[in-house]
Amino acid sequence: MVKVGYFGEFGGQYVPETLMPALNELEKTYAEYKDDREFNKEFHYYLQQYVGRPTPLYFAEKLTQYLGGAKIYLKREDLNHTGAHKINNCLGQVLLAKRMGKKRIIAETGAGQHGVATATAAALLDFQCEIFMGAEDVRRQALNVFRMELLGAKVVKVETGTKTLKDATNEALRNWVSTVENTHYVIGSVVGPHPYPTMVRDFQSIIGEEVKEQITDLEDRLPDYLVACVGGGSNSMGLFYPFKDFSEVKMHGVEAAGSGVASGKHAAALSAGSKGVLHGALSYLLQDGDGQILPAHSISAGLDYPGVGPEHSFFKESGRAQYHPITDTEAIKAFQLVSRLEGIIPALESAHALAYACQLAPQLDKDKIMVICLSGRGDKDVVEVQELLRGEFSE
Amino acid sequence: MNRIDKVFGQLRQEGKKVLIPYVSCGDPHLKFTEELVLGLAENGADLIELGVPYSDPVADGPTIQKASTRALAEGVTLEKIFSLVERLREKTSIPLIMMTYYNPVYVKGVENFLKRAGEAGIDGLIIPDLPVEESENLKDVAENYGLNLIFLVAPTSTPERIKKIVNMARGFIYCVSVTGITGARKELGGELASFLKVVQAHTSLPLAVGFGISGPDMARKAAGLADGIIVGSALIERIEKNIEHNGFNYGKALEEAITFVGDLKTAITIY
Repeated sequence: MVKVGYFGEFGGQYVPETLMPALNELEKTYAEYKDDREFNKEFHYYLQQYVGRPTPLYFAEKLTQYLGGAKIYLKREDLNHTGAHKINNCLGQVLLAKRMGKKRIIAETGAGQHGVATATAAALLDFQCEIFMGAEDVRRQALNVFRMELLGAKVVKVETGTKTLKDATNEALRNWVSTVENTHYVIGSVVGPHPYPTMVRDFQSIIGEEVKEQITDLEDRLPDYLVACVGGGSNSMGLFYPFKDFSEVKMHGVEAAGSGVASGKHAAALSAGSKGVLHGALSYLLQDGDGQILPAHSISAGLDYPGVGPEHSFFKESGRAQYHPITDTEAIKAFQLVSRLEGIIPALESAHALAYACQLAPQLDKDKIMVICLSGRGDKDVVEVQELLRGEFSE
Repeated sequence: MNRIDKVFGQLRQEGKKVLIPYVSCGDPHLKFTEELVLGLAENGADLIELGVPYSDPVADGPTIQKASTRALAEGVTLEKIFSLVERLREKTSIPLIMMTYYNPVYVKGVENFLKRAGEAGIDGLIIPDLPVEESENLKDVAENYGLNLIFLVAPTSTPERIKKIVNMARGFIYCVSVTGITGARKELGGELASFLKVVQAHTSLPLAVGFGISGPDMARKAAGLADGIIVGSALIERIEKNIEHNGFNYGKALEEAITFVGDLKTAITIY
């Protein structure tokens, strides 16, 4: 018998007592509204009219031809309002926060995508909003900082630790401990203490549900392969979850290998980490022999995180999904390739999934179908990629 | 009998309050921590909380975060801390409580970690990110090794949760004075007295108040409402201010820290 809030041995609620009543309340509220007609009506109204769902499932004909193997479809989450899948979860959580009578919203952000999406939902639904962002990411993603401010959010620059997503999450948790009575913390991925991994997965499952319907219309069958990037793992879990009971559908999660797993400078928690507790959940993570968390390294701010969602750890252990590391260099190449071939500039996060697909697709027969989650658009990354291409990645 | 229970029992009989200073192990190095603990034990401390520095201390404010960073930069490891405990045990019988986040315990293995702690001479454990729901297994192991598992209750804890927590707790109940993280504050939370009354109604274990106590006045007020007080960040500040200017003034840091704890003891003894 698996404990509530656990996926096999992974998950749980490892948080200070101060937060436990809030987690219990959230769990109760979520259970109450999860299948509530009115709640879902409102949620889907915004997804359709405001976010622009359903997003297309686009047949990438030129990429398919170029790779010469499986037929490749791109799930275009980049076409969502705010440019990534993150808004699906934010709207769901902020609508819940409204029902819990909270007045204030906080969130952590890495690349800024989740911060922008949270600030957007807060503006739309009249919440005070504070976003915690590592100082290093504030530098890397200056435009997103300005976007959040335009949307009325306050951006708190986090100077502790590695000054990236992990530390922004620590600071958001600390702020939540102090403000929990009037504040809801919108965690941006399938990480954190129960009920977050389950709740965020459910809100993101719209991705996979749509794919299921769309691919059935287009091909009259389910795909053979699903490929998506994994930082915390919300776009991948959103794509995978609705297919988990269809064993013929193979699932491939792609982690950021930074300078390469062997270099030690990476963010591949599942491929090269070990079990431990971070940000309230037991999962795979990067740590030393004393359980001190190690800094992650990736060109992609959204994947630059030493942990991963507990359900992914469960999928890894049970063999339901496989996880693969992709380096910065490989991701940049895929970023360029897909821009040129398809006229779609992918987010650096999504470019990791594309890079793995570039390795896998050519090995497969032409009658195989592969769906890749294009989790976000790359506009936010062009300046950084431009700088890099001038330097070490120049051909 | 566990040393923690003995000290609380004895001081309660004498009508005295218990003073628990928190020190961050290895801040700025372990030799200093050793001398500090022995100094505090001689000068007013009744129990000592030994903080294990952690990379991601989410329940801690800036003072303890910085202290942890300094200690880790100095190369402090769990094994070095256990050796420190063994050295301390040769010289003092003051109860020692280890405060550690859960991940180091999990990674070393609950059984291994607690065995090592118990054998080294630790009397109790505080794990601030391990709520009662996740504590079942650890509680049994702690009992095997004679360790008191000490739990925190917070102003946000519901009466049902308080009941669950006090049933599982041993030694004393760590009452968090504010809805927030650790760090010296200007005053005690306005609802502390009523919060403590609720906790008291559910247990006969002693109550110790921690988080935010910054000096003798606040210490006296908090002690008046409970059986003991815990002071961490304010003590670390006495050490920290001797680190940041021109290296580390060892002697002055030690003296100021010991004087501060002595002042706290005086404040909670005569009220």
